[in-house]
Amino acid sequence: MNDLIVFENVSKFYGEVLGVNRVSLTIPPGITTLVGPNGSGKTTLMNLLTGLVQPSSGSISVMGLSSRDANKFFATVGYCTQFDFFPRDITGWQFLVDSLMLYGMSKLTAIQLAEESLQRVQLDKTAAWRKIDGYSKGMRQKIRLAQAIAHRPRVIVLDEPLNGLDPMARAEAMALFEALGCQGIHLIISSHVLDEVDRIADRVVLITGGYLIAEGNIHQVRQEVREKPMQVLVRCDRPEALASKMFAMNHCVEARLHPDGKGIFLRTGDVDQFYSILNVIATEGIVKIEAVAPADDDANAIYQYLIGSDGGAL
Amino acid sequence: MMQQADPGLREDLMRQPWALWWLQAKRLTQIELRRNLFSWRASWIYFLAFIPTLIISIHSIVDPHDPTSISDDTQMLASIVHLYYIRLGVFFGCLGIFSRLIRGEMIERSLHFYLLSPVRREVLLLSKFAAGSATALLLFVTATLANVALIYLPFGAAGRDYLFNGPGIEQLEAYVLIIVLACLGYGAVFLLLSMMFKNPTPGALLFLGWEAINPVLPSMLQKLSVASYLRHLMPVNIGVKGLIALLTVETEPVAGWVATLGLLLLITAVLLYSCYRIRTLEIRYTTE
Repeated sequence: MNDLIVFENVSKFYGEVLGVNRVSLTIPPGITTLVGPNGSGKTTLMNLLTGLVQPSSGSISVMGLSSRDANKFFATVGYCTQFDFFPRDITGWQFLVDSLMLYGMSKLTAIQLAEESLQRVQLDKTAAWRKIDGYSKGMRQKIRLAQAIAHRPRVIVLDEPLNGLDPMARAEAMALFEALGCQGIHLIISSHVLDEVDRIADRVVLITGGYLIAEGNIHQVRQEVREKPMQVLVRCDRPEALASKMFAMNHCVEARLHPDGKGIFLRTGDVDQFYSILNVIATEGIVKIEAVAPADDDANAIYQYLIGSDGGAL
Repeated sequence: MMQQADPGLREDLMRQPWALWWLQAKRLTQIELRRNLFSWRASWIYFLAFIPTLIISIHSIVDPHDPTSISDDTQMLASIVHLYYIRLGVFFGCLGIFSRLIRGEMIERSLHFYLLSPVRREVLLLSKFAAGSATALLLFVTATLANVALIYLPFGAAGRDYLFNGPGIEQLEAYVLIIVLACLGYGAVFLLLSMMFKNPTPGALLFLGWEAINPVLPSMLQKLSVASYLRHLMPVNIGVKGLIALLTVETEPVAGWVATLGLLLLITAVLLYSCYRIRTLEIRYTTE
């Protein structure tokens, strides 16, 4: 058994709608984040990986296993989906133990693993005895996560695992992911917020519109992004004057007036220099600056850098 | 060539984890039974199964039993089984139970938990079918036994004599066999329909129509009906006239064992096709 997850020229079409197209990807153990805007194909890629949907063409192998061999495959893989639904009238505890019992283990082992899993996701055992129907969104997320990792899989797939978690729970979840990553297992996490998960990730896979646009070591990809011009929104009383000053100092490659006329989007190739010049302009008092904010520090902007401003350069 | 292929197939079959599949099937069946029997949603199926029992109970309390009317009550019991249980009670009860097993979980968006479990999909489907069958049998066979008891026991010694020394026990066996086969037959069909259609109800109503007109169809097409097999197993002929008689026409007399075997073969064929369907089932809740 090898330790790689391999997508070979995988495409998935839902009728005429593209899910993912010609994805070839090899994922070694460690933490890999799948990043892309909503509808980019992250969930399709994860569903393909775990056999919930079948590829229209191409093949997928997870450590040499196929999802068709359910016994071996799902003993190796755990998937925490983003579907926020559960069987009705069931307690969190029952949900965990029922799931574990299907692995063929004894009830005692199932109970031990369920307890261990609850501890890992920091969900109180008394809460687990309550019906899931009454859980908060964060608790439902935790019990789903507990169920995905309870059987100690070697590949854990987590679709938007931080959704619905409060800041404290997010920090706990991140610590758990980091700990799992240190155990040499595969941890594949999807997120539409790059900065949220890149801190702990070894690798990143950027996907948009069903196409893989970049993958590799997170630092390499971020560097690639950094080399692209960055857009900043400056709220001020005289946007035209500010644009003219910035262009005169050769630090802007693009300017676009904000729709309300009280600000301007400026694109710069050297963001550090840009802020220095902006400070000078503010000190001079030519333009009264009210607020400055990066306009593209999210994943969508990164895609625009990588694939073109219309998002359809591919 | 065949001699070479057979040992290979046998070896392949021997290599399969049968013990694990059996254990998983038992556990899945337990989980599903718990969901089927102990939920408020099942209450209307309890109602469908036991409404004749309730009506018979009321009759046995308010109507004094004349020993000479045993034959009338025997006719009434046959009518209840034939016209109510087979045509309506078991039909709609099984529609509720079996279409929930796969489609219900897709609508509630919880089926993926099963598809992500280490259970072969065929084992999952057959376990769900077993749980649905056990649920239907428990309710409808219990109701049939209760109906028989409530009809004959109030007759006192005459009723007991009819039941234990007369034709009663054979009729009871036949009714139980009919209910068992009806539950399995309708169950298999509705399980398949629920995988083929987002809303299995129109399909089920078409099937109900098919079952109704089946007696007047050519004999080849009659074999594709659950009720046509069951008709041949009825121990008592019910004398009905008018439109309802259409539902009871016996166009081609068939031996009981042939009818039983025929229905079991039909059920097996439907389940095999369902196994094929679940192998290719994809989770796309957004389209549900």
